[in-house]
Amino acid sequence: MSCNHDQQRRQFLSRGAALTAAVSIAPGLMLYDFARARPPGEAANPAVRWGMLIDTTQCESGCDACVSACNKENGLSGRTLPTDSQWIRKLELQQEDTGRKISMPMMCQHCAEPPCVDVCPTGASFKRADGIVLVDKHRCIGCRYCMMACPYKARSFVHEPVTDHSGATPRGQGTVESCTLCVHRVDQGVAPACVEACAREGHQAILFGNLNDPKSAIAQRIRSVASVKLRADLNLDPGISFVGI
Amino acid sequence: MQSGWTMIGRMALLLALAGPLAAAVSEPVLDIGQGGKCVDDPKFMRLNHMKLMRHQRDETVRQGIRGGKYSLAGCVDCHASKKNHSVLGTDQNFCQGCHVYAAVKIDCFECHSSEPRRALAGEPPK
Repeated sequence: MSCNHDQQRRQFLSRGAALTAAVSIAPGLMLYDFARARPPGEAANPAVRWGMLIDTTQCESGCDACVSACNKENGLSGRTLPTDSQWIRKLELQQEDTGRKISMPMMCQHCAEPPCVDVCPTGASFKRADGIVLVDKHRCIGCRYCMMACPYKARSFVHEPVTDHSGATPRGQGTVESCTLCVHRVDQGVAPACVEACAREGHQAILFGNLNDPKSAIAQRIRSVASVKLRADLNLDPGISFVGI
Repeated sequence: MQSGWTMIGRMALLLALAGPLAAAVSEPVLDIGQGGKCVDDPKFMRLNHMKLMRHQRDETVRQGIRGGKYSLAGCVDCHASKKNHSVLGTDQNFCQGCHVYAAVKIDCFECHSSEPRRALAGEPPK
């Protein structure tokens, strides 16, 4: 059943790919330009909205540097059974009529109107002031309504006791989790682990920054190239945009 | 008069029983790790650490306020044993020792690390 679900999602995504033209992006631009860590004691700034622009034309098929970096950073096993947590996945898509192939990472889209937050019965799912959608695991009862509500299949449930706490993110059995946009790094003024890993591989497929700052590299790029948000018809206003699908 | 004697007899019996019991449960001897000056008065912390940490954790998780002084990671950084680099493990370890003595279940470490942040980063503990 979950395979069917995956298949449908992929078909949908590949149909979306037919609608937009691929746009190549000049290399050499700054990857991210959010300058500094927030001072201690200061709350997340509601004037900021963190987001990403993923350029599928720069994303290399078969490369999973972003996935490995996420797993290492957050202490995930890296296994891909249905009972394992996956915060970021690599998708390989093919357009049915033309045969055009694209490769892209898929994770929590950090919606401005997140359905996971709407359905959460305990207030555990929430959106931080700066647009990052998180699970407050102290309040999560593991009901998994949010997993059903998410149209991106972005969330995972921790089925087994967590014994390895080497990751930067606290994780525990019986709670739901997903991409935190590496909130612990962002608060220190450092880009998310996947962004760093992609740049290290020389691909620069993920641009991270403040969507609300007109001078930021990501805002400038979004103004100058055609980008799409996945399932824009749902009006969830995701913080992640894609180029080339 | 008879009831008075009965009461005294009962009290004597209670004292006889309670004396050895009280002596059997001695206060825990804790390995406080690096120790040093606590973020607040130790007596105050002993009574209130759970409230302070709960308050701060909500501010950190939900509002993103970082750098507060009552953090769980801060407790662990200073109080992890130098023997096993953890606040858990034996009844002498800082968190486990006191919680066993007080018979209070501790579930922080089902999700959080019981080892100092320095050790996780691959550097030797101070």
